[in-house]
Amino acid sequence: MIAIIDYGVGNLFSLKSSLKEIGAEAVVTADEKLIAEADRIILPGVGAFEDAARKLRESGMADVVKREAAAGKPVMGICLGMQLLFDVGYEYGVHEGLGLIHGAVKPIADVIPDNYKIPHIGWNLLKFRGDSPLFKYIKEGDHVYFVHSYYAADCDESVIATTEYGADLTAAVASGNVYGCQFHPEKSGDVGLKILKAFTEI
Amino acid sequence: MITKRIIPCLDVKDGRVVKGVNFENLGDVASPVDMAKLYTKAGADELVFYDITASAEGRRIFTEILTETASNVFIPLTVGGGISSIADFDRVLKCGADKVSVNSGAIKNPGIITEAAKLYGDQCVVLSCDIKRVGGEFRVFARGGRDDTGMEAIEWIKRCVGMGAGEVVVNSIDTDGVKNGFDIEMLDAVCKAVSVPVIASGGAGSIQDFIDLFRAIPDIDAGLAASIFHFGEVSISDLKDRMAEEGIPVRR
Repeated sequence: MIAIIDYGVGNLFSLKSSLKEIGAEAVVTADEKLIAEADRIILPGVGAFEDAARKLRESGMADVVKREAAAGKPVMGICLGMQLLFDVGYEYGVHEGLGLIHGAVKPIADVIPDNYKIPHIGWNLLKFRGDSPLFKYIKEGDHVYFVHSYYAADCDESVIATTEYGADLTAAVASGNVYGCQFHPEKSGDVGLKILKAFTEI
Repeated sequence: MITKRIIPCLDVKDGRVVKGVNFENLGDVASPVDMAKLYTKAGADELVFYDITASAEGRRIFTEILTETASNVFIPLTVGGGISSIADFDRVLKCGADKVSVNSGAIKNPGIITEAAKLYGDQCVVLSCDIKRVGGEFRVFARGGRDDTGMEAIEWIKRCVGMGAGEVVVNSIDTDGVKNGFDIEMLDAVCKAVSVPVIASGGAGSIQDFIDLFRAIPDIDAGLAASIFHFGEVSISDLKDRMAEEGIPVRR
């Protein structure tokens, strides 16, 4: 069973539907006991880093996710959920993240040329770095759906895929049992479903 | 490199997909859920569901169909039609929409854009704009292209983007349904004015029309069409093959 962490951020309809589509049992929950019983954790999120990080702490979910990750349970963050896995986020100020992956979340405006539109919205292709079990059912060059204005920086050792948008932006990360996708697998068609499927088998 | 998006638009009335020429003479096509699945399989990059029902019963059916579609289709889904309050945003987002497009609702109350962008993020708020040339200027029309608002379109779009609209769908009433190509002049003017993604709508009649669009305006992000896809005049997979041959970045 997969526990989708419920901390009052974002629309979980598609995530729930896509997990159902691949035959994975999932529950949206903030119940510590249920999360402890789950095989895997997904940390979703859309919106702003500061607000989400605060809700994660105030709901007690930050400590729960950190504890479960430390115990070796596979955790995957999606979009803002991925960004929250990092040490720190620089979105309207400086805000502490979960610190499960070393690095910082910074504006893509810092690294892309001025004539590129922000947010980075749309289908872009994955360039693999190394070999990750998350990608066992997909191939390099497959397209996934992105919507973001910030990216994970200073995390070279954890990057498992990048995407090119005027600069190589972090598309996915892994550090031990903790995974993150900047893109939305639940909105990335068959490729996205295959990534979720791979996560359920990690 | 981000790919150019191809977006079929499904106008839904009383639970069925319809499409008219110049917004009139609506003709019945097929089940929105089946069409959404078919288009996804064919390689559509995104779907737009447009609710053109007026009755409460029609709205209830629309909501059910949206939920069923969103449960079965895993690409971005934009919903528009009759969106005039935050409650409307909330209703369709809960049924699985990823983005919500506002048109007449924003003309009546521009504040809805700011309010929705604050609640759901800019990426969720799509400004849809029906534009027609009147006396040498681009004019915004409301209520499905029926009412001339008197507002100049480029200024209106800039204002809405400034308030938080994260994407703009530009529908040219002058070319809609004519199938003689997108309104390059109008779309280019919008692309030059704003830095958010712009989606071209109105006028596609052939694969070549999409090629011409992406060639003429490298900054345009997506092409949207309805009837040519619904009636099989253009197949999405053929269109994407051709785009790839022409060197236009495309997801296949």
